[in-house]
This record gives sequence, C-alpha cells and structure tokens, in this order.
Amino acid sequence: MVTSIDDAGFEQQVAQWREYLERRPAVTSDDADELENHLRDQATDLVASGLSPDEAFLVAVKRIGAQDAVSREFARAHSGRLWKQLVLADAGVETSSTPRQALWMALLFGVAAGLLVKAPELFDLRLDTHPEFYAINASLLVLPVIASYFAYRRQVSARTWGVLASAVVAAVVVVNAYPFGPEDQTFILAAIHLPIVMWLLVGVAYMGGQWRSRERRMDFIRFTGEWFIYMVLIALGGGVLTGITLGTFSLIGVNPEAFIATWLIPCGAAGATVVAAWLVEAKQGVIENMAPVLTRIFTPLFAALLVAVVVAFVWTGLGTGIERDALIVLNLVLVVVLGLLLYSVSARESGAKAGLFDYVQWVLVVAALLVDAVVLADILRRITEFGFTANRTAALGENLVLLTNLAWSAWLTLRFIRGRRPIGDLERWQTAFVPAFLVWAVVVVVAMPLAFSFQ
Amino acid sequence: MHISKDLVAASAGPMVLGILTEGDTYGYAIVKRVRELSGGDLEWTDGLLYPLLHRLEDAGHVRSTWVKSESGPRRKYYALTDDGRAALTEHQRQWRTVHQALRHTWGETASAVEQALSPGEGRLAW
Repeated sequence: MVTSIDDAGFEQQVAQWREYLERRPAVTSDDADELENHLRDQATDLVASGLSPDEAFLVAVKRIGAQDAVSREFARAHSGRLWKQLVLADAGVETSSTPRQALWMALLFGVAAGLLVKAPELFDLRLDTHPEFYAINASLLVLPVIASYFAYRRQVSARTWGVLASAVVAAVVVVNAYPFGPEDQTFILAAIHLPIVMWLLVGVAYMGGQWRSRERRMDFIRFTGEWFIYMVLIALGGGVLTGITLGTFSLIGVNPEAFIATWLIPCGAAGATVVAAWLVEAKQGVIENMAPVLTRIFTPLFAALLVAVVVAFVWTGLGTGIERDALIVLNLVLVVVLGLLLYSVSARESGAKAGLFDYVQWVLVVAALLVDAVVLADILRRITEFGFTANRTAALGENLVLLTNLAWSAWLTLRFIRGRRPIGDLERWQTAFVPAFLVWAVVVVVAMPLAFSFQ
Repeated sequence: MHISKDLVAASAGPMVLGILTEGDTYGYAIVKRVRELSGGDLEWTDGLLYPLLHRLEDAGHVRSTWVKSESGPRRKYYALTDDGRAALTEHQRQWRTVHQALRHTWGETASAVEQALSPGEGRLAW
C-alpha cells in the first residue's frame, strides 16, 4: 500500500502528534511507529475517499483515540513501564497523599521503627545481656513497621490489616514461646528464615492486599531489589557518619562509642529500612536505571564464576566431600543467581527479542543448576550417611526449592531464546513461585523446631 | 446500532484471534476487517488495539515481527501461535455457551433472535 500523502501541513501535524505521543513514558518509540503507521494508513484511505489531508488527519486522530487513554492502556499492558512512570494513582493502589505528606509519613514511621527496637529495653532485655532475644526478634521489631507504613499508605482493607496483624502476633508468640536454646540448630535456622516470612508480609501490605495479582507481585519483586540497593547506599553513608562522629568526639575528649553502639546504629538502621522503602517509591526514576545496569554487570561475572566452579568440580572429581562451609557459600551463590534472575526479569521490556544477554543469563542459570545438583547430591550423601539433622533438612529443602525454580527458569529461558515463547512466561513463573518461598520459610520457622524437638 | 463498551472490550480479544486465523496481518488491517465483519457496528478506539495485541503477545497467543516494505515504512505483523489457537477455541466454547443460554432465557423469541443473528454468525466466523 502506498502510504504517503504529499502535503507538508499533514507531515507537520503527524510529526507534532508523534512528538506528544513519545513524551509519554509508557509508549516506546516502537509503539509510536506502530501507531503512526496506523494513523498514516487511515489518513491515506480517507484521502482516497475524497477528504482533504487536513480533514483526514483529524478523523484519523479521532479514531485512534485520546493519547491519555491509549498510553494508559499501554502502561497497563506493560506494568514495567507503569513502574517507571510512577502513575500508580491510576493503578488504584496509591493513596491521594501529596509527596510532602508521604515524606512526613515515612519519617514518622521511621522514627517509630527506631524507637521500637529500643522498646525491649524497658523490660530489661538489652542487646549485650540478651543477644539471642534480638537474634530472633530483630525482624519482628522492624519489618512490621514497614508493613504498616505500606498498609497505611495503600489504605488496605480491614481484612488485610487483620491478616497482617494476626500473622505478626502469631510469629511473635511462636518464636518466643518455643523453648529454644541459643546454640540450637533450629533456633539459628528460625532466626534466618523468620525475616523471609516477615518480608513477604511486607509484600502483602506493599501490594495493597492484592497479593494474587501477577503485576503487583512483580512490582514487589522490583521493590525488593531496589530497596536493597537503597539500604546498601544508606549503610555506606551511615558508616561514614559513624566514623566522623567517633573521630570528632574523641578529639574533644568524649567517648561516643556507647552512644553509637546502643543508639545510633540500631535506631538508625531500623529507621533506614522505612526511609529506604519511601525512597524507592518517591525516587523511582533515579534507581530504575541502576538495577538493570547492575544486573547486566554482574550476570556475566557470576556466570563466569559458576562455570569456573563447575569446571573445578569436574577437575577435582565431582565435589565429593565438600566442606560444610563450602556448601553454605554455594547455597548463597545460588540465592544471588536467583536474585540476578529476578532483577533482570523485572527490568525486562516484555516485547523485546532475545539477545546476547539472554544467552549469558541462560549459561548462568544452567551453571547454577549444575552446581545445585552437586550440592544436592552431597547433602543427600550426608543424610544417608549420618541421618537427618535440622541443618541438613533445611539445606535439602532450600536446594529443592532453588532447583525447581532454576530448572524451570532454564527451560523457559531456552524456549524464549529459540523464539518459541515470549519472555512473559519466565515472569509468570517467577511471580507464581513466590508463595513457595513463603511456605518453605514458614515450615523452617514453625514446623522444624517441633520436628527436631528444638535441637 | 450502538454496542456497549463492556461488550466491545470483552469481544476484542477473541475477535483479534479470530481475524488472525485468516492469516498474518498488521494493526490497521485488523481494524478494517473488524469494521467489515460487523458492518461498521463494532466501533473500536483504534489506538487501544495495540496494547491489546501486546498483551496477547505477552501471553504467547500471538507473535510479532517487523517487516520492512519497499513502498513505505516498516510494519509490525502479527501471527497466531498454537497457544493462540487453543485460546480461541476456548473463547469460542465460552461465547457459544453464553449465546445459547441467552437464547434459552429469551424463550419464544429465540427463533427470531436466531434469524437476526444467523447472517452475522456466518460473517463473524464463530
């Protein structure tokens, strides 16, 4: 079909229309191409049926529809773009509060979190005298505050408040009523897994109670990644602040160490968790470019590392008798791989075609799978040789969860690279998998201490 | 005849999938085909077709490729996938059920409804 209307005025109008369209963050230039083609086709047909170019332009624009409505639909179809756009008000989960109110709210909740970590001292539970109390309760003192911050900002239903509150109360009761000894494996495992449970509760609040929605889950995965980046940045700044405080006060002969250890660091860290959560929401545009960049830098590096580990395994006879500490390190590496995968999935443009990066990512996941298989084999060997212990059971469960996730991810990535399936499959798999983490963490915190009689 | 917004929205997905069974095509051609098939009664906001197509692509029901043409700018063509075909079958099953249930509730006017619908049924190919 011939698609040119030989008219300077028409060209100018189209160019202007397109310029307005491209200013909308939810519309990429590919989308604008597609819509411009449509506009030109329509106008050409109209001119052929006797309209002037001017009239044809007006009718064609009218038929395409208001740019507001069209771009909102684009944003809805690609929730990743919505995230960049920060028009969550349209998505119906944000409150109507102004940015300034939101800031005060964040500071208020931040101060609350800072004070809450000191609250147990009213009952003579101090960090130096009762370290085990803080080891298991730390996440219970901090994360519910973030959860209530989001629950408040999202104006969640009374039912969601009820779910959140009863989950927190249940967690507090369970971990404090269990007769743990501070050296028990089950105690340490519960202390590691409880923050995962609590963080997913934060997720329920973050999603405004819509925890079944795939898009909201993806938003929460993004939020988790970026919150982590902000926490690292704040921790770095906090370290500098602490150093300078120490230096200046010792110059004037006052020793601030006690103040720093008992107030500045615990309260500052607790408050920072809320402030970081607020920053992610308020300054999305700033970080949005950072997470994908970090993913692109570290995915090839970790892929190389894991391939080297696999080669080393083969070289030294397939990892027989790996040190226990090495197993823990390898488990951490797998968690990082999963993190990178989640990051890159969440930062991905859904329509994009497979590229070099996807191959690298596939290599990363496959290498991680091989490593995981070796780790799993070793854990099974230990279990058959020495029987079940809490640690081995936890390690086994964790590996099975990771193995399932990564194996299916590898398969989906492969199908995407071959052009058989869209990348959306991988996104759906990851968002569908989130409850599995919750279930496993709950099992470790609640069921395993009972199963191993608090050993 | 005016067709309500909700009904237009609900039928858009199956309609696009149905049109794609006729062969690979691009957005503007789909809109033209919809007008043709519905005798101009189904009025779409054309711009909203594209987010819909992207959503279908995301779900794996259609696949898209940019095709360069010699006469004009490059065009994005959409093709039905096997999953899309399966989704269309499912849509057809659901629409038929709704259609039949409606006919039964309308009772004695059913034959009249059928008559009114039958030429349309042929045109809409479901």
